[in-house]
Amino acid sequence: MHYRRGKGIETMHQAAYKYALSKGKRRDTRDAYLMLLPFLLLFSFFIVLPILSSIFLGFTYFDMIQMPQFLGVKNYVRMFLDDDVFLKALSNTVVFAVITGPIGYMSCFIFAWLINELPPRVRSVLTFIFYVPTISGSIYIMWTYIFSGDSYGLINGVLRNLGLINKPIQFLTDPKYVLSVIMLVQIWMSLGTAFLSFIAGLQNVDKQLYEAGAIDGIRNRWQELFYITLPSMGPQLQFGAVMQIGASFSVSQIAIALAGFPSTDNAATTIVTHIMDVGNLRYEMGYASAISVFLFAIMLFTNFLLRNILRAVTKDD
Amino acid sequence: MTKVRKKIYKRRISRSFGGDMVMVLVLTVFGLFMAMPFVYAIMQSLKPMEEIFAFPPRFFVMHPTLENYYMLTQAIGGTWVPVGRYALNSIIVLIISTAGHIIIAAMGAFPLAKMRFKGNRAISNFITYSLLFTAPVTAFPQYIIMAKCGMINTYYALILPSLAAPIGIFLLKNFMVQIPDSLLEAARIDGATNFQMLWKIAVPNVRPAILTLLIFTTQSVWNGANTGFIYSEQLKTLPTMLNQLAASGMARAGVAAAVAVVVMLVPIAIFIVSQSRIIETMAYSGIKE
Repeated sequence: MHYRRGKGIETMHQAAYKYALSKGKRRDTRDAYLMLLPFLLLFSFFIVLPILSSIFLGFTYFDMIQMPQFLGVKNYVRMFLDDDVFLKALSNTVVFAVITGPIGYMSCFIFAWLINELPPRVRSVLTFIFYVPTISGSIYIMWTYIFSGDSYGLINGVLRNLGLINKPIQFLTDPKYVLSVIMLVQIWMSLGTAFLSFIAGLQNVDKQLYEAGAIDGIRNRWQELFYITLPSMGPQLQFGAVMQIGASFSVSQIAIALAGFPSTDNAATTIVTHIMDVGNLRYEMGYASAISVFLFAIMLFTNFLLRNILRAVTKDD
Repeated sequence: MTKVRKKIYKRRISRSFGGDMVMVLVLTVFGLFMAMPFVYAIMQSLKPMEEIFAFPPRFFVMHPTLENYYMLTQAIGGTWVPVGRYALNSIIVLIISTAGHIIIAAMGAFPLAKMRFKGNRAISNFITYSLLFTAPVTAFPQYIIMAKCGMINTYYALILPSLAAPIGIFLLKNFMVQIPDSLLEAARIDGATNFQMLWKIAVPNVRPAILTLLIFTTQSVWNGANTGFIYSEQLKTLPTMLNQLAASGMARAGVAAAVAVVVMLVPIAIFIVSQSRIIETMAYSGIKE
């Protein structure tokens, strides 16, 4: 430490202050890592390590018995040049995500917002009704009874009673209908994680802002939505977006439950069901990993786009 | 309470009657659509055999009976491992995973949201990205890693992966970001340590998010998030056992519907309790400076 004559006392004060600050800063850093430590340990072990090994396996041939053999990018070339089912799955998944993703995301927000306008008791009942599809992991199975083409099919029964059809429509096996049926069920199920986090986020908006807004001349709920509610919900909207992207690009359970596995003419094959087919049934773990890395890249890109759009809407950092 | 009431009425002034009617209509129509499969499951579970196999099928039950539930209790009574064991497993796993997940996530979320340190951005990004990686593929390396550590077929396998899940820290971080810095600075001037700020300011201020996370975690644990790592019957949880029963044949439709309804009871109870708490917290109106 060097200080000039005459200004000595001042500089010493400054130096002491700086020292205290840096000590506080060091303590902050230490505390931050301490708080993160339990999570980081578990996260690296159970999540990061498996992800990194999948990325590595994506460059190999690996049948889960012999050691992985290095293949370079051959798996990625094979996807596009030598795997028709993958291309079909890719196009299904993209159609799926492009339609169900935005509809699902927007309905999460719109319903959360509408419900939030209601008196507390009605609000809890409606939140329950809209969230009920997600609560049980398996209630979507009921849709198979509703759409089924055999004698259990509820819709076919109704249509027949009305005299509209004389033989059942095969909603779940006819490639003409199956993708739309799965989309409908997917949208029905999409009021899940994002929806509840929006409900919670709306509770967190400072109510004084609305009062201040009313004084500043906000007249109707649309203005309130665009000038107060949306800008104060940036982080929740980001959270919802990530969860929604994850959900709409990795449709698999619903597709398998409704259309069977494999589905007729691969009409309902998605990237994730294809991954399950390649990895879990054909034991080509290397190739399955490569496909999942590719899917991951698509989702990252979508997330990047959406993040920028949301920043513009919410005027967040 | 009256003060809160008044506030709500004051807010309602800017609402048009027509808008309110449209809103109620929209919510009713979509509400019916959302609830339909759930209601249908209840209807199916109350149908006697001949109505389940009736053609054409009906949505509503004509002669409700508890036959299916009775058959279910019979089947449960006849299991090899006593049903109490499954229930105990479920309770242990549910409580430890949920409490652990929320505590670990809250601790990790605070520094990511509110403290400056090296690596903050990188860690945050990694957490977000990890949520986008497909589960079926990582399941295999995960299995290998856990097998190498001798964790397969133990309680650890049922609990630890839930504690490592990135969703909680991501959710809580995104809520904690909104806590005003002035609140934390004031606490710091009063001599609060970082840990005190975490438990006394950050956590109480994101109560709606914590309660929401409680719903997510209990639900995923209950619905069998990690049951793939377990094969001995004594370690299985109640829902796993019930679903095995439903899948094993015997007058499937009716009993399966009864199982679906019974399995849903616990998550529904937790949902109702936490949601009503969220609405209560709202009485003292959002995050304030």
